[in-house]
Amino acid sequence: MALAPHDFRRLRLDGVSRDFGSFNALKDVTLDVARGEFIALLGPSGCGKSTAMNCLAGLLTLSAGSIWLDDIRVDRLKPEERGFGMVFQNYALFPHMSVARNVGFGLAMQGRGRAEIAKRVEAALALVRLQAQAAKLPGQLSGGQQQRVAIARAIVIEPPLVLMDEPLSNLDAKLRLEMRAEIRRIHESVGSTTIYVTHDQDEALSLADRVVVMREGRVRQIGTPEELYARPLHADVAEFMGYRNIVPSSATPTGDGTSRVGIGDAALIGTPVDGREGAVLIAFRPDDLTPSADGPIAATVTTAEYRGRDFFGKAATSAGTELYFRSEQKVAPGEAIRLGVDPRRLLIYADAAL
Amino acid sequence: MSTVSIQAAAERTAERREFRQWLAHRGLDGVTLLVLPAALFTVALFVYPFLYGLVLSFQPAEGGWLANYRTFFSDPFLYTTIAKTLWLALPATLINIAASVPVAMRVRLMRRQRLLTTILVVPITLGTVLIAEGLLNYLGPQGWFNRTLMTVGLIDHPIRLVHNYWGTLISLIISGFPFTFLLTLSYVTGIDPSLEQAAATLGAGPWARFRHIFLPLLVPGFAITFCLTFVQMFSVFPSAVLLGEPAGETRVISIAAYTAAYEQYNDSMAAAIAMIMGAVQLAIVATVLGLRGLFYRGPAGSGKG
Repeated sequence: MALAPHDFRRLRLDGVSRDFGSFNALKDVTLDVARGEFIALLGPSGCGKSTAMNCLAGLLTLSAGSIWLDDIRVDRLKPEERGFGMVFQNYALFPHMSVARNVGFGLAMQGRGRAEIAKRVEAALALVRLQAQAAKLPGQLSGGQQQRVAIARAIVIEPPLVLMDEPLSNLDAKLRLEMRAEIRRIHESVGSTTIYVTHDQDEALSLADRVVVMREGRVRQIGTPEELYARPLHADVAEFMGYRNIVPSSATPTGDGTSRVGIGDAALIGTPVDGREGAVLIAFRPDDLTPSADGPIAATVTTAEYRGRDFFGKAATSAGTELYFRSEQKVAPGEAIRLGVDPRRLLIYADAAL
Repeated sequence: MSTVSIQAAAERTAERREFRQWLAHRGLDGVTLLVLPAALFTVALFVYPFLYGLVLSFQPAEGGWLANYRTFFSDPFLYTTIAKTLWLALPATLINIAASVPVAMRVRLMRRQRLLTTILVVPITLGTVLIAEGLLNYLGPQGWFNRTLMTVGLIDHPIRLVHNYWGTLISLIISGFPFTFLLTLSYVTGIDPSLEQAAATLGAGPWARFRHIFLPLLVPGFAITFCLTFVQMFSVFPSAVLLGEPAGETRVISIAAYTAAYEQYNDSMAAAIAMIMGAVQLAIVATVLGLRGLFYRGPAGSGKG
């Protein structure tokens, strides 16, 4: 039934766009995915990541562009002809079917024999550790169990591509961590290609081989989790990746590849990413701004939160710039401190509007 | 205040609160009072007349207390009205449901849903008499329908579609459709669209999606739609008189009741016929609702239960 080959080598999105009336939800998205990869589409809500997923699944038609599995064009196929597995945000389990029938639905649609369906359903349920629940209705399961049924249902048909649309967003924090590990384990044991939509950067970084950061319908950056964490290419990506301190400044190149910048009177050295001179934005993580006796930034602590090993707090400079910092020692509001950043961790971006 | 009286007051308050909690636990609180007006209406306009009619039906003008019922079931002119009414109401109900489903399945996807729904619902505002008049003109021997068929050459003589069974049936279908359709549409749109999308990604084509996802989830809704439509159809009166053959083929049970009440001035007999009518309706409705129990009846959503 499914036309998509199971052993494709590349999935390619070529200039994919989708408009809703005059609103461009997806603008010229191009993406190359190798078989077996785990790709996370990451971005704030409204960035087009779910639209991209629905276009891949065939639930939305494209306004422009094409989607290819090797040399087969799939964007004009109906969802039922693509044979991709999809895990919906609300799981979309069939409420009137038992867990086993839910999982076996795709196989039944392929016209598989009863014995084969039973065997493969059992294997899929074993993979998500739900054999004991096979006869129950979805309504009788907990959220985490329903989630795993949805995954089992999507992967039992051995799809070339598994699409997951924020599958963990309905779960509580503890379950989310467990399921995250589970999803990665399942991805590895099935060996499928997975595209995973999320707005949670932790989830994207911990799960994916490569992360695609999206914003306003466009791809802003594609990279490994390490690249995105350490070296976002744009200030908006940096902000989304947890660079909470973003301060306008002006930069002067030093000649050795770094640039001199400042926050108020404090002179700092930073690493240019896409801007080295003139008006710039400097970005660094709260984690990397720490107290030190010879730190160039003089500030007063305004809030401090104890988070187990460290204190995280906010401090204001005399000019009123607020900075988020981390401290290993206890700090208290009102305390005067000096803060410093490692030049390699202080990134400099051209001052485009965020 | 002394300690003792404070303690007593606290205990009283606690008791009162406990009683309230006990009530709230059983779903009773201040809001429950809002049911009262509706309950009063039901008692005044339904329960009382019903009981009055029930008692009246056992007080015939002559004969024992069951005389009315005995008369009804021994006179073919009377007891055949049950079958005649069913023979109109059941097909009309089923045809309306069958016609509503494909339309609702289509309308649910449309952007101008409001407009189309309005157009489809217009007949409900027309009333049976206007529909009857229209049909008499349209389907009559000199009406467009017959003339068109004759011009095209499909028939030689006008086919008789009014003043018989068919006229009544067609009128019932037209006047009942909007109601059935609106109910069906609400059930169809109540099914989470992601269920259909999920089925599609799992390889189910349109027919398989309908058969395996929509149909099972719609069955409980169909049962309710069936009952409500059927009850309306069963009390057919104007179309049976205006478009049917009220002395023969479409002498439905409500005509029998009308004759008893307003032509023979036998209130007691009319009450008995009304009771029999109610019993038949109840039997059909109970059967359908009983069958509904065999199907999945939970929410047609998909999220966490």
